Amino acid sequence: MSIARRGMLALVGALGIGAVAASAPGVAQAWEPQKPVEFVIMAGQGGGADKMARLMQTVIEKNGWSSKPLTPINKPGGSGAEALVHLKTKGGSDPDHTIMVTLNSFYTTPLRQPGLGVDIATFTPIARMAEDTFLLWVHKDSGITNIEEFVVAAKEAGNDWVMAGTGKLQEDQLLTDFLNAAYGLNMKYVPYKGGGKVAKQLAGQHANSTVNNPSEQEGFYASGDTVPLAAFTPDRLELFPDAPTFRELGQDFVYFMQRSVVGAPGMSDEAAAYYRELFQKVYESEDWQAYRKKKSLYGDFLSDQALMDYWMTEREIHKAMLSEMGAL
Amino acid sequence: MEILQHLSDGFLIALQPLNLGVVILGVVVGLFIGAMPGLGSVNGVAILLPMTFLVPPTAAIMFLAAIYYGAMYGGAISSIMLGIPGASTAVATTFDGRPLAIKGQADKALTAAALASFFGGTLSIMLFTGFAPALATIALDFGDPEIFALMLLAFATFIGLSGDDIPKTIFSICIGLVFSAVGLDIMSGEPRLIFFDIIGFMHGINFLVLAIGIYGIGEMLWTIEITRGESSMSKAVITVERILVNLKELLKTWKTGVMSSVLGFFVGILPAAGATPGSLMAYGVAKMTSRNPEDFGKGEIAGVVAPEAANNAASTGSMLPMLTLGIPGSPTTAILLGGMVIWGLVPGPRLFIDETEFVWGLIASLYAANFFAVVINILFIPLFLWMLKMPFTVLAPIIFVLSLVGGYAPTQDMHDVWLMLMFGVGGYLMRKLDYPLAPAVLAIVLGPIAEPALRQSLLIANGDASVFVTRPIAGPITIVALVLLVLPLLKLIRDRVWKRKLL
Repeated sequence: MSIARRGMLALVGALGIGAVAASAPGVAQAWEPQKPVEFVIMAGQGGGADKMARLMQTVIEKNGWSSKPLTPINKPGGSGAEALVHLKTKGGSDPDHTIMVTLNSFYTTPLRQPGLGVDIATFTPIARMAEDTFLLWVHKDSGITNIEEFVVAAKEAGNDWVMAGTGKLQEDQLLTDFLNAAYGLNMKYVPYKGGGKVAKQLAGQHANSTVNNPSEQEGFYASGDTVPLAAFTPDRLELFPDAPTFRELGQDFVYFMQRSVVGAPGMSDEAAAYYRELFQKVYESEDWQAYRKKKSLYGDFLSDQALMDYWMTEREIHKAMLSEMGAL
Repeated sequence: MEILQHLSDGFLIALQPLNLGVVILGVVVGLFIGAMPGLGSVNGVAILLPMTFLVPPTAAIMFLAAIYYGAMYGGAISSIMLGIPGASTAVATTFDGRPLAIKGQADKALTAAALASFFGGTLSIMLFTGFAPALATIALDFGDPEIFALMLLAFATFIGLSGDDIPKTIFSICIGLVFSAVGLDIMSGEPRLIFFDIIGFMHGINFLVLAIGIYGIGEMLWTIEITRGESSMSKAVITVERILVNLKELLKTWKTGVMSSVLGFFVGILPAAGATPGSLMAYGVAKMTSRNPEDFGKGEIAGVVAPEAANNAASTGSMLPMLTLGIPGSPTTAILLGGMVIWGLVPGPRLFIDETEFVWGLIASLYAANFFAVVINILFIPLFLWMLKMPFTVLAPIIFVLSLVGGYAPTQDMHDVWLMLMFGVGGYLMRKLDYPLAPAVLAIVLGPIAEPALRQSLLIANGDASVFVTRPIAGPITIVALVLLVLPLLKLIRDRVWKRKLL
């Protein structure tokens, strides 16, 4: 009897120690979400940011890395203004359960709409998952195969040369302005909603050129309808070995689209550590690495202070570009 | 012949037990998602996308496509039964489906919706099977002027309806256009009409908020008023005999069915449009070409057939640019496209060559999905009718709750729920004053497509509006639209002059 009881006690003791032991490594990061995590997407359904966000969510769910589900919510309103304000508001009520997938409007929208009262320096840096690249594209029927021919044709057309791009005073227009200034062109910028529509304008020859991401043009490129002329990257892209970089062409210009995850302002350190670890796992997963390779994405994993420093640098760069355009 | 070979190979893939299983499951899930107000195929596909990684890509897209299809069928159910559009694509179905249900002919409306969906779906898949690659190039030829011309035509079909009060219709369209202008203006990059600086207006006014407000809340208020709480709803029954009678009547609408299917399919192909504008346009055309247009909106069976045939046809159509060009034709296909990318398939002109098994398996599964959707739907009709027998005192709170959920679900923002309630009251008042409400819904759907297309066209053409008449495709469409716009005005003037002479 007593032996049995002792045995029981030992068992209970062991269980107790076991429980402590199991939770012990967790002490450093004991935090776990208590309810579903709101996964805000700063863009509409079906766009580049949305696709990536859903891929991240899928990787997390497939591997069972989160005890509570991530629920994606698209908030594309006002070039991301709505999403930014939402995150800021959540910072006051529930900062630990709200994260957001963000892009470059993260810098430009608060700069252009100071009335929102959003300061991205107060947000919680979680992870930079990638940087997407840009190339200059034309239609194959234009007969243009390199940047010199492009400049000649665009100069001749003057203001009738149509450059289609996503949104007004956003990434694509920044690049168009750069090209206009660098080569003395006067291209007409026509904004559309979404990179897919822009790609279609070029494929249907309703526009003369675009500055699409590779993922937006890859279908038309594969069929030979569109041609990349040059890349806004430091090195040539593996997918498009024949397209030189603007650096090679003597223009020191590099531009990326960030794909990052940001937390609400005021997020607790424990929660931030949890999400950083979670997204590092996503970053290192086979699926994500395969996707990066296939879409020739740049940008290594950045987190914490390094990510905040990156944001601050980028914000200054965008501020300078926007004021040059007279948009501030 | 080559196509038939591909298709039979496709059927062998689609009829594998796993694939057939996911198709049937998808149709059932879609049916219920579609029937829930506020939840449509977009939400269903987005929510279930991560689950599809348990099965191979071919089965995954079949599952999602089946949900898409099922939702198209299901959307009609709450439109007819409760007067709340079950999905954005089923807004036009409420116009005549609801009056039919009130008249005690819900069985007729539901049967018509199911069979029209089947007809539209099947016809469009045949078009898809035969001409997919060729049609893809047509979609590419549609630039901004063509899209604007098409939108103009859609508005014209709504104004050019005899019987309605034209000034009131125009007023209704203008209200809808103003609401559609709220939010970020993509051409200038500036926020527009942000009333009282309320941040919720930044995402614009979701047209489902307007539609559910008008047709859910407004309809409920209206019914309460006209019945003074006494009504038990329609006493619809379903018997084999009635089905046969209904079928006979349905057969007379075959022309509407064909026209709507072709129109819906074509609108679906065009990027940016999708099934909602397709079904609204089909409704307009059906009313315009009908011999008794004055019956529309009061329970005309062709008014159910047209939007239902068109929305299913359009959902097939919108897969075409997705597969062949990598451009989504509707919000739902935008998400499907995201899925394909994750599965490692590159949509685009080469997909038909590189991934024949996937493409033809999908096409064959669409035939199968359509077949199961119509069978399952018809089997459920007695259940739906049984629900209708509830007294209105029970039904009204259900409609109210479903409307609230439906208003909240798409954006998950309480702002939209309050807005919806205001639209409900406003819609009720407009209805009391005899304003047609459908044109306002049409305007808020088409406005965001028409406005940028107009401004992009003019920007490219240096402000020269003649692009709308000089281009080979845009020209004829614009001219037809203008004729349709002017005809009723001329008639109106003629009638006035005539009356004066008589006096």
